[in-house]
Amino acid sequence: MTAAWIVVVAVGFSTFALKAAGPVLLGGRPLPSRLSSVVSLLAPAVLAALVVTQAISDGREIVIDERLLGVAAAGIAVWLRAPLLLVLVIAAGTTALVRAIA
Amino acid sequence: MSEPTYRDGVRAVAPLTIAAFGFGVSFGVLARAAGMGWLEPIVMSATTFGGSAQFAAVSVLEEGGSVVAATVAAVLLNARYAPIGITVAPYLHGSRRSRFVRAQLIVDESWAVASRGDGRFDPRILIGAGLAFYAAWVGGTSVGALGGRLLGDPATLGLDAAFPALFLALLAPQLTSRQPRLAAVLGAVIAAALIPVAPPGVPIIAGAMACLLGLRR
Repeated sequence: MTAAWIVVVAVGFSTFALKAAGPVLLGGRPLPSRLSSVVSLLAPAVLAALVVTQAISDGREIVIDERLLGVAAAGIAVWLRAPLLLVLVIAAGTTALVRAIA
Repeated sequence: MSEPTYRDGVRAVAPLTIAAFGFGVSFGVLARAAGMGWLEPIVMSATTFGGSAQFAAVSVLEEGGSVVAATVAAVLLNARYAPIGITVAPYLHGSRRSRFVRAQLIVDESWAVASRGDGRFDPRILIGAGLAFYAAWVGGTSVGALGGRLLGDPATLGLDAAFPALFLALLAPQLTSRQPRLAAVLGAVIAAALIPVAPPGVPIIAGAMACLLGLRR
């Protein structure tokens, strides 16, 4: 088996387990209230972390590039309550445009 | 108001599936460039179904990293699915096998659109959105892996900016009160601070810890 296949299989099985752990072991039972107030804050915390890492990182480095202008333009669109597809088009379009010019 | 259906889930995530398809294409292309055959990236998308982890694994392999390093990088990126899975667990009913299968459709995007904003989740939105996203992701990967060399560079198209933009758009409606705003700011600061010192994926997991603000009442 090649290195690539070993990684594909190992990552695949790990992900099956990570995704299913909660639903298979906990399914149907409600969370304790203290835990659910923690869990309700997971979405904003993880989404904010995803925004930051996807906007300014490249591997282990902080890379400020055209992406950030695209995300800033998208931020204005979000603030103006633009539909999601338009937000994505603005982000990609701004980034592509600045890249083409630069 | 009637209960949401699977179709509502498909509709909720529809704009994102276009970006997912584009990123799937870029994953297929990059995996081939990293020396994978055409089948490996497609199987990986169909089984792992987690874009950032797949990109991480492939890039470590491309840099000549070990099998263990590539796997750990991907698992670290996907570790967030353990707490994310716990958040939706109370809403997935049925047999263990059915829960196991439906849990595989959890991705950041399907989970985010299924959130009702108060810590509750709609399982039909989650599954409908997950299926639509899955089709786009695996389909895009197939196109990229099989014919990617004919297509343009995803970076030239600015697709790499679409994902942070979509997470931003999904984050905005969650910021309804002080606590989620604090959690978002703290999560972002933790993640940003860790980017230079922690392996990819760890800043996201560490940022998730901002949810512990919920213990303060």
